[in-house]
Amino acid sequence: MFELLGIPPQALFGQLLLGLINGSFYAILSLGLAIIFGLLNIINFTHGAQYMLGAFVAWMLLTYFGVPYWGALLLAPVLVGIKGVIIERLLISRLYHLDHLYGLLLTFGLALIIQGLLRNQYGISGLPYAIPPQLSGGQNLGFMFLPNYRAWVVVASLVVCLATWFVIEKTRLGAYLRAATENPTLVGAFGINVPRMITLTYGFGVALAAFAGVLAAPIYAVNPNMGADLIIVVFAVVVIGGMGSILGAIVTGFGLGLVEGLTKVFYPEASSVIIFVIMAIVLLVKPAGLFGRTA
Amino acid sequence: MAEAAFATQISAAAQPLLAVQNLEAWYGESHVLHGINFDVRPGEVVTLLGRNGAGKTTTLKAIMGILPKRKGSVTFEGTETIGLPSRAIARAGIAFCPEERGIFSSLSVEENLMLPPQVKPGGMSVEQIFDLFPNLKERLSSQGTKLSGGEQQMLAIGRILRTGAKMLLLDEPTEGLAPVIIQQIGRTIARLKQEGFTIVLVEQNFHFASSVADRHFIVEQGRVIDMIPNEELDANIEKLHGYLGV
Repeated sequence: MFELLGIPPQALFGQLLLGLINGSFYAILSLGLAIIFGLLNIINFTHGAQYMLGAFVAWMLLTYFGVPYWGALLLAPVLVGIKGVIIERLLISRLYHLDHLYGLLLTFGLALIIQGLLRNQYGISGLPYAIPPQLSGGQNLGFMFLPNYRAWVVVASLVVCLATWFVIEKTRLGAYLRAATENPTLVGAFGINVPRMITLTYGFGVALAAFAGVLAAPIYAVNPNMGADLIIVVFAVVVIGGMGSILGAIVTGFGLGLVEGLTKVFYPEASSVIIFVIMAIVLLVKPAGLFGRTA
Repeated sequence: MAEAAFATQISAAAQPLLAVQNLEAWYGESHVLHGINFDVRPGEVVTLLGRNGAGKTTTLKAIMGILPKRKGSVTFEGTETIGLPSRAIARAGIAFCPEERGIFSSLSVEENLMLPPQVKPGGMSVEQIFDLFPNLKERLSSQGTKLSGGEQQMLAIGRILRTGAKMLLLDEPTEGLAPVIIQQIGRTIARLKQEGFTIVLVEQNFHFASSVADRHFIVEQGRVIDMIPNEELDANIEKLHGYLGV
């Protein structure tokens, strides 16, 4: 059938896989943004820089300390998450009583500073990060060749996304989080330490971004601009899915990655704008987003 | 004159569980409470009565520490709480049921019920809460805000009974409810009193207030201007109608 449309299956499935990989990053990043927006009510413009930092920290851990990929996959999100906690305590927490716009400006400025510092030190040509030996090579599936590392990226991000969804929607901790998103004052009046919860939530959202960065390091060159390029698309994904919806962020992330991949096959000229076209249509038809609740 | 008499009564009261003195509070720029004074003895049910906007709800919020600015003194079990954040006040053993009920729509009934953490030993078990409010048991998996108004009120009261807090601040628990539900809430409050809970009740429904409370404090323009024991209510009914404007 694919030949009928003039498209060899290799090309189709190859692009679908690429779309799924991009979708994995969209999903993890928009999930973090959605969680942070839900509880902190700020649009975390530093998210792209934190993703990039995840990749950089993984590269530094390997280059300077000899920590391999698997160690970095654990350690880099923790380190970048701690940096997020410090930023929240020191800077963002001072803005909660002000308009959203101030949080946006602050995090945007932070992103520029982080990117600028790394660009100054490492340039923009990109640093190579090798695929871990356990995941090199690939499988011939008959209709396409599936590189092991790419399969791992899709599986790992799916697992992380679903685990996050489970914790938020199905556990006691998640119930605290959802309740505090709705009415932080009342949750505090029940004896729960809401400010600490906000700090840890921000740290977790940032750690998610860094985790995606480590996953991305062997695929894309580790480059100070890698987050800035990606985050614009991720914001579009969040708008399409609906701000603050956990499941929406995950489904829309993977879904739009696939749509983008299909566009590359059938109408490559539109592939870089398709997500923004969808965003415009969704905003016209359903301004709260596909999964958003109208306030 | 009434104020002077009332002040002597306060000083005569032995060992209040909750003592509120010169409590002032603000919403932004507007000064809402101008010096609230009252006390609650262990095991008592007291009401705050007054017209709309007199400062009754604000008084509960100020006790609970959920207003941005307050001063004066609120001692609970002899400990000053005016400088504490609301989570510490909750941990000390005061539980709050807000006027709007505060049922979380993104949580199921069960999650709403289990949300407030236990702050003291000896809270009611979930079984005992179902015994008080059998309706809740049927609807555990429903979304919290899908319950009827009465059921939401039962959930809002039920969930703070689990925490082990023995001092309850209930803000207009009968507002907008059918008479049969109001009766059920009344029976519940009577039973909670029997079990040793101490309750501050904000009420507009004067008839309901007189059926459950030991003493009534009259709030007017951010001050407590009088106290009427429930047994002297009939003798003071004219005065009370004057205060409440009914």
